[in-house]
Amino acid sequence: MADDTVGKDVTPAGPKGSEVGAPRAQRSGSDDREKGFLSELFAPVAGFGVSFGTMFRKVATEEYPEKPRPTAPRFHGRHQLNRHPDGLEKCVGCELCAWACPADAILVEGADNDDTPGGAGRFSPGERYGRVYQINYLRCIFCGLCIEACPTRALTMTNFYELADNDRGKLIFTKDQLLAPLQTGMLTPPFPMADGLEERDYYQGKVSGPTDAQKAYVHDRDAAASDGDGLDDDGSTAPSITGAAGRPGNAAAAVPGAHDLVHSSNPSAPQTREGANP
Amino acid sequence: MGLEEKLPAGFLLSTVEGLAGYMRKASIWPATFGLACCAIEMMAVGTPDYDIARFGMERFSATPRQADLMIVAGRVSQKMAPVVRQVYDQMPNPKWVISMGVCASSGGMFNNYAIVQGVDHIIPVDIYLPGCPPRPQMLLNAIIELHHQIETSPLGVNREEAARAAETAALSATPTHQMKGLLA
Repeated sequence: MADDTVGKDVTPAGPKGSEVGAPRAQRSGSDDREKGFLSELFAPVAGFGVSFGTMFRKVATEEYPEKPRPTAPRFHGRHQLNRHPDGLEKCVGCELCAWACPADAILVEGADNDDTPGGAGRFSPGERYGRVYQINYLRCIFCGLCIEACPTRALTMTNFYELADNDRGKLIFTKDQLLAPLQTGMLTPPFPMADGLEERDYYQGKVSGPTDAQKAYVHDRDAAASDGDGLDDDGSTAPSITGAAGRPGNAAAAVPGAHDLVHSSNPSAPQTREGANP
Repeated sequence: MGLEEKLPAGFLLSTVEGLAGYMRKASIWPATFGLACCAIEMMAVGTPDYDIARFGMERFSATPRQADLMIVAGRVSQKMAPVVRQVYDQMPNPKWVISMGVCASSGGMFNNYAIVQGVDHIIPVDIYLPGCPPRPQMLLNAIIELHHQIETSPLGVNREEAARAAETAALSATPTHQMKGLLA
């Protein structure tokens, strides 16, 4: 049996091998009739046809810095601390996110809200707010357990991912970098809750924007602050009332959120550094 | 070459600095140094879908002697630490390091006895890249950040001055263990 199989393998291979080794002229005439002059001429470069044709195909490469593809809508990117529709922060400083974090990346220090005149002020509806909020992006593994743990939906994740930096310290994001930028009509905390409403009303969606009393309070507060600084500028406080074109609230508090808008509109490398800088 | 390092400070050196930075940033060869899951994303950056060759990184060098950039991709265990250092020492100057992923940058979620808490305990890191693992675009972003850094990096006398200034600033800064009171 073994001899038979060996013989079968060798016999067909013999003529094939001699045909390949033989010069072109000695081949059978049927091959010559099939090949025309042009195909003979281009035979040595026929393989380049594939390369040439590829030049007209659509490019599969993602041209990242110029034309980045959008992420999946639920991609786990940088965190964001959200606000109520009137501008108060949703974070109540409960530290559940810090407890849930498997990498110990989150630091929260809560503090009491203060409604007394001349006090520290009110930053969130309810009893407490997150006075210090830091996320160390060199520890954060973007697992989203903090988002699941958050009882007030204060902490959510954006789709922003360009976080590389040359400094460890800059990658610890502080509260002013994580807070959502003020939307049109929102006021800058601290200011009191809407009249006649309590904490639960905020979560039941009964607040759609700042009331007139809140606007007046913020206007008076900003006016007092600008008087105290010696800046007698009417224009600086006027937009907080109208809220039509200008960013509401005082300019200094609005700056930290500004880089978020830049990122979403044009995500490129130079803006990334600004995002990390305080 | 080494010649550019010997130039005196001034107009000539600043011109050479700009030129050398421009040349250097456009032809960096990374060393193959995948340690864990981040290496999969690093390999993905080499595929046509992301095409790291667009940034002058035509190939991942299999030998550190022909590499300029070390992408530490993955957690560095205590046992691997001397190897990382040796590979870094074998690379010729000028050389750069990207610490890819949170494990390489700070130990990440592996805060335990087996993992080096940040590869910058062993080698100097130029760019820290968060993510677990970072998506390929994040690595490309880190490479672009590194390009900015290389383009503006000083040479020769200027570099020595910058290094001296950085050392003075680091020595005069408050150590972390002496920082007291509430944060922020």
